[in-house]
Amino acid sequence: MTLRAEGVRAALDGTEVLHGVDCQVPDGGWLAVIGPNGAGKSTLLRALAGLLPLAAGRIALDGEDPARMRRRERARRLAYVPQAPVMPAELTVEEYVLLGRTPYLGPLAAPGASDRAAAGEAMERLRLTGLTRRRLTTLSGGERQRAALARALAQRPRLLLLDEPTSALDVGHQQQVLGLVDELRADGGPAVVSTLHDLTTAGQYADRLVLMAAGEVAAEGPAEKVLTEQLIHRVYGARVEVARDSTGRPVVIPVRAP
Amino acid sequence: MTHRRGRLVWLLAVAFLLAALACGVTVGASGLGPGEVFRVLVDQLPGVHAGGAVDPVDRAVLLQIRLPRVLLAALVGALLAVAGAGYQGVFRNPLVDSSMLGSSAGAGLGATVAIVAGAAGLAVPAAAFAGALAAVALALAAGSVGRTSTSTLLLAGVAVGLFFSAAQTFVLQGATRSLQEVYAWLLGSLAGADWTHLAQPLPYAVVGTAVVLAHARRLDVLAVGEEEAASLGLHPARIRLLVVCGATLAAAAAVAVSGLIGFVGIVVPHAVRRLAGVSHVRVLPLSMLVGAGFLVLADTLARTVLAPAELPIGVVTAALGSPLFVWILRTTRSGGAS
Repeated sequence: MTLRAEGVRAALDGTEVLHGVDCQVPDGGWLAVIGPNGAGKSTLLRALAGLLPLAAGRIALDGEDPARMRRRERARRLAYVPQAPVMPAELTVEEYVLLGRTPYLGPLAAPGASDRAAAGEAMERLRLTGLTRRRLTTLSGGERQRAALARALAQRPRLLLLDEPTSALDVGHQQQVLGLVDELRADGGPAVVSTLHDLTTAGQYADRLVLMAAGEVAAEGPAEKVLTEQLIHRVYGARVEVARDSTGRPVVIPVRAP
Repeated sequence: MTHRRGRLVWLLAVAFLLAALACGVTVGASGLGPGEVFRVLVDQLPGVHAGGAVDPVDRAVLLQIRLPRVLLAALVGALLAVAGAGYQGVFRNPLVDSSMLGSSAGAGLGATVAIVAGAAGLAVPAAAFAGALAAVALALAAGSVGRTSTSTLLLAGVAVGLFFSAAQTFVLQGATRSLQEVYAWLLGSLAGADWTHLAQPLPYAVVGTAVVLAHARRLDVLAVGEEEAASLGLHPARIRLLVVCGATLAAAAAVAVSGLIGFVGIVVPHAVRRLAGVSHVRVLPLSMLVGAGFLVLADTLARTVLAPAELPIGVVTAALGSPLFVWILRTTRSGGAS
């Protein structure tokens, strides 16, 4: 599974917010989309998910445009988790995760043994086994995020599109969730495209970064190339120092003006 | 919801309907006791002879008047309840029912025009049916201009409803001698039901109900919202349109033969959700069973409370439904999630 986007332009309510974006993810890769608020990160993700019509450019998922695929077929290949997934109050974790089997169910069919197995496996991967009968409303932030990921995983996708999967989580739960995603990917699971607002985290988990600014790509490449003091200052208007952690990955440290 | 509790709710609903039907066929103005009623009904089964000595007039009253009326009440109740539950699933709002897109006003206008024009027999239901469908078609056309949000559609329905009501008032104003007959229709009645009244709406009832029931699971998925449902492979707008059309067809079939009967479409699904949870897979069919039983009981009251006179059944459902509804609302902490 490879995803390739070329010259993507898209508008929200008549205002163009993506002005020709290129990016690509190879099979099994993890691309993090970073950039300041309003740079168009979430819009790019929705466009990649086929949920937004393009004004120009093309997106190819193994050569096919997701926006033109049959929706069921698309939902079997790619799963999308928005920044704040809707969590219907009345559902249990298991019922919610089973919604991920929707693209595999005929119009009248109830989820069968294979669907339950797929949902069970997804819940197991995301350490939700003890919570299957709990209502979504009783879950903590980290558990909710894992439930949303499990639903996406139950779709058995080849590509996982995650919009700010860790924005509501503390540092420990951020590492837990991103670690689980990375584990899946490493096990021959789906390729990942995620927006991430924390630059250091993005550099630690993704193997390539796309830095967006005002609807365009400001830089693209591995973390060492994208996370530089000059680029971050230019795009975010922020003063930072870039250090290295013990593994040699860049660590972005905000610095207060003297 | 555990499996055991789920099964219990189904048993309760079936028992409620059977009890209501038994009550409906035995209570009434004829000399037949429950045992005789039972014998006459069993005698109708092919190959069974249990009739015995029953007065032929009583027998005819039971088979030609009371039985079709009870069954019609059950049919109308089931249709109104499932249509209401379908609309509530589409609009994700427990206070919506199948009259919301103007179908009641349309049916009212159709029936009024037919009655004022001196039509009789099945022409009135046919006109009401056509009026209901026309109103909803208009609301769908008006409401889906531009982006199809459900609130736009509801507002279009309100506008169409007001317009059709105004038209009806205008027609009625010029024909005051039909006033009583029109009002009697508007308040709803199952009096005079015979087997043709039962057969007429059946095809539309079956098709409409089948369309709604077939979307039960997909209505559940819509709970995650437009975009996520689309990312799960569904077409939310298409599902909403189909369910609205199916529910409208079912409700219009009911309204055409019974007049305007309120509250069933709101109270029954609401009560069912309280007992069985919010999944449409359970709510839609259970609403049919409970709605059927509820309307049979309401009709039994309507024809016995002031016997030999009759109360309009719409008055009975409102009188039973409003306090029940207030009670349900007061005992629901969340105010009733959809």
